[in-house]
Amino acid sequence: MKHLIPEFEQWKLRYPAGFESSLTIPCLRRIQEERGYVAESDIDDLVEYLGVPRIQLEEVLEFYTQFRRAPIGTHHLQVCHNVSCTMRGAERLLRHLHDRLGIVAGQTTPDGCFTISRVECLGSCGTAPMMMVNDSYLENLDVAVLDTMIAELSAERAQ
Amino acid sequence: MSGQRVFMDFPITATSHTLADYRARGGYEAIGKALREMQPEQVTKEVATAGVLGHGGAAFPAGRKWGVITLNDGQPHYLCMNADEGEPGTFKDRWLLEHTPHLLLEGMLLGAYALQARHTFVYIRGEFDLAYRRLADALEEAYAAGLFGEQILGTDFACDLVIYRGAGSYVCGEASAMLTSLEGKKGYPRNRPPRLTVAGLYQKPTVVNNVETIANVPYIVKHGSARFREIGTPKSPGTQLLSVSGHINTPGVYEVEYGYPFADFLANECGGMLRGATLKCVIPGGISTKVLTAADIMPITMDHQAFLAAGSQIGSQGMIIVAEGTCMVSLLQVMTRFYHHESCGQCTPCREGMGWLEKISNRIVAGRGAPSDIERLYQISRANDGTTICGLGDAAGYATVGILDKYREEFEYYIANGRSMYDGRVEVAV
Repeated sequence: MKHLIPEFEQWKLRYPAGFESSLTIPCLRRIQEERGYVAESDIDDLVEYLGVPRIQLEEVLEFYTQFRRAPIGTHHLQVCHNVSCTMRGAERLLRHLHDRLGIVAGQTTPDGCFTISRVECLGSCGTAPMMMVNDSYLENLDVAVLDTMIAELSAERAQ
Repeated sequence: MSGQRVFMDFPITATSHTLADYRARGGYEAIGKALREMQPEQVTKEVATAGVLGHGGAAFPAGRKWGVITLNDGQPHYLCMNADEGEPGTFKDRWLLEHTPHLLLEGMLLGAYALQARHTFVYIRGEFDLAYRRLADALEEAYAAGLFGEQILGTDFACDLVIYRGAGSYVCGEASAMLTSLEGKKGYPRNRPPRLTVAGLYQKPTVVNNVETIANVPYIVKHGSARFREIGTPKSPGTQLLSVSGHINTPGVYEVEYGYPFADFLANECGGMLRGATLKCVIPGGISTKVLTAADIMPITMDHQAFLAAGSQIGSQGMIIVAEGTCMVSLLQVMTRFYHHESCGQCTPCREGMGWLEKISNRIVAGRGAPSDIERLYQISRANDGTTICGLGDAAGYATVGILDKYREEFEYYIANGRSMYDGRVEVAV
């Protein structure tokens, strides 16, 4: 994590003085963006850098759904299963993903290519059903869109 | 006609979100006017006179919230825009963030000037990607143009803005939880009093406003409160951005004046029901508001008074349109799963109650429900009303009671027969 400190110092310029504690979530996000998850050593480094109690970081990592303490598949498929998406076929599409990839939500394919998660509303109900593929929204899903996505991402890996 | 526009008055192009385009349509004139011609108190007074009601769900008058802040009291004030849009069915703030981010930044400057807040924040939900990038790019453009930082537009006014990304938590959309999160902690809501305008972020006076609420401010400052009040109804002035989804042909975000009839909205903006289905009911303002049957909602107009009279609320303006044939028991199961997942666990009635709402819903849907389960769902819902720090448990209770009150016979049928009165699906069954 230590090589990110110059970047963190830049962020501080727009915060009021004494807001070090506020940097926990942005710093953890940045660390995870780079490593794919937050490692024990990152927590040690961040405790030292921000001067916040270790328990605060542990709680934050536990509380927010986007943080991970261990690596997952290359492509994280987060399928919304809230009201509007379910009303437009989210469960049917989840079954299709299970059929195609051989895994259920919470699992990663043996080749490490895909992880499926069920998630709550992502604020994209007008284009339901939808999912996130890593950081991007994939909207107006149907079986054809899913098949294209799987084919493209699998081909990317094969290269 | 859905009426006059405050936000959707420009064509969306490849560059309509940029500073150059925003300026070409009159952007940043309001902050210039305020800094040259108005005292901070006058800005607050104009917003109060305009009568703009908060667009985050509670419809609290924005001007009154601002008016609570005492200027020159020797302590810092903070302004935070709530862009943690997470109420299921709601995606209107995302439209503003993606398509007109500079309008929001100008609104924040006006708010910062009115409240004398040197530091401001936008708390944006962590999953938003394009919305975040558009806002972050706009902020860098604005800094480079001297619209943030020191000596803004050649005056003594100074303001910094931080875009703070959440990390996945529904409850952080609640203002006090948002500020706890902004302090870098897990997002536990806080007891009031003290109110956040007295002791908010790091215990300093803090105003939290919804994205759409802030977005109204440049219009009000530029054109005056009198002109703003010509839009909408006397008690619900202005427009609302409605997010509409579900079993309709053209889901999306639409700007309508308060007072627009629902039946016209369904026929015109929504493009009618999907595949010719019949309207069953509407979850009117995010899933935390009480469901309205077709008979309840078809005759009414869309404003705060009409929705309250019908027994529900405009809420977060996220409408979910439900077709006849949809299983309301299965729908409740989806909703209770959500509330259970999102309960932060701080208060016992919610932590335990949300779990039981989901468990009971699950067992009814699995065909193992008991006749007494209906009364149990009522009991748990009522046990949350007013007994917890924030409104999450209350809201889950309202949603549950709303569905049970209107569709009790579907629950009785499901429990008696071990299967849905329909085919058990919530996907449109036409």
